[in-house]
Amino acid sequence: MNNYETVFILTPVLSEQQMKEAVDKFKGILVAEGSEIVNVESWGLRTLAYPIQKKSTGFYSLIEFQAEPAVIAKLEIQFRRDEKVLRFLTFRQDKNFAAYAAKRRNKTKTT
Amino acid sequence: MATNNKSEIRYLTPPSVDVKKKKYCRFKKNGIKFIDYKDPEFLKKFLNEQGKILPRRLTGTSLKFQHRIAQAVKRARHLALLPYVTDLIK
Repeated sequence: MNNYETVFILTPVLSEQQMKEAVDKFKGILVAEGSEIVNVESWGLRTLAYPIQKKSTGFYSLIEFQAEPAVIAKLEIQFRRDEKVLRFLTFRQDKNFAAYAAKRRNKTKTT
Repeated sequence: MATNNKSEIRYLTPPSVDVKKKKYCRFKKNGIKFIDYKDPEFLKKFLNEQGKILPRRLTGTSLKFQHRIAQAVKRARHLALLPYVTDLIK
């Protein structure tokens, strides 16, 4: 069970409700695969540094979870298939990153 | 003979040798262990105005951390947190 984190950008065209539903959809996929979600953050609407698919803002969200390596392939297929997702990046947290992420999580909670 | 030949040489202007500031790897010094690709503010310190990664000889970072910075910057660019190229002074 390695811990991963994935950041993905949703198109800003969606309504608030659709965005939440999209995020929940991916969370559901992860839980269905038997992975354990550690932390979910959404950075809200942010302007992109360069336009992606002719859109210059995007809805960023981050999911930190622990999963089997096989789950990642399934997750990425879902990401590619879903056209609401502009871009995604999954990242394997090695040991000192995990400690860093834990610290970061507490920091975001306190502030 | 050789010695005063050397002293014969008169430079028009004294050769200005700027005192070389000892560069240090800020990561080793402050003990930062990990570079997070998610916060662009920190990464911006290592980019020049055009958004390109600064070389080690200017920032003085050690090889290990320069690789991590480059990796983090490229990931941030992928996620559009950092621009590939800009002309504005960040």
